[in-house]
Amino acid sequence: MDRRRLEENIIKVLMIFSVAVVTGSVFTVLLVVLVKGAPSLNISMLTMLPKGGFYIGGEGGILNAIVGSLYLAIGATILALAISTPVVLFLQKEYIGKSRFGTLVRLSLDILWGVPSIVYGAFGFIIMLYLGLKACLLGGIIALTLLELPIMVRAVDEVLMMIPRELKEASYTLGATRFETTTKVILKQVLPGIITAVLLAFGRGIGDAASILFTAGYTDRLPHSLLDPVASLPLAVFFQIGTPFPEVQERAYASAAILLIIILIISVISLAIRKKYSKYLIR
Amino acid sequence: MRFRHFKEIISSRFMLAATVFAAFLIVFLIIGLLQRSMPILEQKSLGELLLSSSWHPLKEEFGFLPFIMGTIWVTGVSMILAIPLCLLSSIYLAEYMHIKIRTAIKPFIDLLAGIPSVVYGLWGILVVVPVVKMIAPFFGTTSNGYCVLSGGIVLAIMVFPIIIAISEEVIRNVPYEMREATLALGATKWQATKMVVLRGALPGVIAAVILGFSRAFGETMAVLMVVGNTPSIPDSLFDPAYPLTALIANNYGEMMSIPLYDSALMLGALILLAMVFVFNVGARIVLIRLENR
Repeated sequence: MDRRRLEENIIKVLMIFSVAVVTGSVFTVLLVVLVKGAPSLNISMLTMLPKGGFYIGGEGGILNAIVGSLYLAIGATILALAISTPVVLFLQKEYIGKSRFGTLVRLSLDILWGVPSIVYGAFGFIIMLYLGLKACLLGGIIALTLLELPIMVRAVDEVLMMIPRELKEASYTLGATRFETTTKVILKQVLPGIITAVLLAFGRGIGDAASILFTAGYTDRLPHSLLDPVASLPLAVFFQIGTPFPEVQERAYASAAILLIIILIISVISLAIRKKYSKYLIR
Repeated sequence: MRFRHFKEIISSRFMLAATVFAAFLIVFLIIGLLQRSMPILEQKSLGELLLSSSWHPLKEEFGFLPFIMGTIWVTGVSMILAIPLCLLSSIYLAEYMHIKIRTAIKPFIDLLAGIPSVVYGLWGILVVVPVVKMIAPFFGTTSNGYCVLSGGIVLAIMVFPIIIAISEEVIRNVPYEMREATLALGATKWQATKMVVLRGALPGVIAAVILGFSRAFGETMAVLMVVGNTPSIPDSLFDPAYPLTALIANNYGEMMSIPLYDSALMLGALILLAMVFVFNVGARIVLIRLENR
């Protein structure tokens, strides 16, 4: 009898210890990056392009990286949404959900979910070689789209599976076709899910460095067309921390803090949307 | 009436096309990478490439073993750290913690899963590397902090939110009656959790660990920043390593100027893809076995 109590207590202590380690360590990530980044965070950082000697500690900001990252992530998210929406709707039971092809599609998307972003970068690079492109905005968008596609499909698919069967059945009983049911009933139900999936994919896209390393290039200027090279925030952090100059490293911390703040804003919006819309859903 | 039918057919054709594209993406990836790595595969045998540890691109020697071992070491260390901590935490979150605290913590965990890897890498440089450097002498070695252990710690923290979010949900979804039945027989809470709840949740927990593993395994930037990047097989936790992902990311700039180098790096990407593929399919088979048991 005593041994059971003892076991219960030991395991409880271990569990509380793990929760403390996990929450403590992730909390320090947020804290350290924000505290380290705050001192060098100022308006010119956000609104100016790098000037001469920026990378040895000269004047300027990282507007090029902020704008570049937004272009890349917005472009890729729109493309990924356009491809993933039909795919995820087609995975429903009335289309191919239960068939062997459906299982195969799910398996292949699961594998794609686990493919490292550097592999998408390499593949994007191969596509660009075939198209005869140099590192540019378009290349970065292609690589990021590939990265975001499986993330979005999985996120929306999970929401779709939660929709009660009766809802579809009611629509079919009224004589609606699959397309009508999907667009008029199902899409409305999964809309909050799609929005959170979009924000999730956008967050992954804006924070990923490995896939755009080959494909998007890096430049101090703003891109004017899809074929211009483009800077990005994660690479700005990476390149600045790699220099031996303390002033530039300070800027790496500030850039990381900006990136982190963007991610925090996205998460808060996504949370608010989920809260607001989930009360209208039929479960 | 006919127009409705027409819309139905057109839309499902279009959706089919998108789905076929998505399904074949993995095939395109394999073909594309295979084609680019053919030049090196034609000149060297695959066994030599995978098992040799001499990496001298200028002498046209491409041995991938140090990099494959680097990836295995770093991912292994991260999983050894993360799995027990995550499982204990998610059991606590799901079974023991007050529901109000849990609902407050959950969004926070989701948020953490979205933090970019460079941010984790930066944190690794600022916090983990100095700490590891400091503790190395206690283990009878010296290290500048950029080593396998640092990479493993950073990766473990990156996968915490992923594993915990999913396994906590799976554990909580085990039917409540199963717990009640066990508790009614006089089991303690932990006994009920251990013998009934965890057994029911096992496939889902394994799936969660697999997702965490895939993320850790393919992570590039965070690891690259703290792991030291020396192309030799690590012997201990305090040796530097050079994972495959870091190899590709570090050398993209010069790969077009040395013969066979680009082909070798594409082969590196192909090896990563093959490892992901094998692991995913293997895990799928294990999960199906477990669920049919």
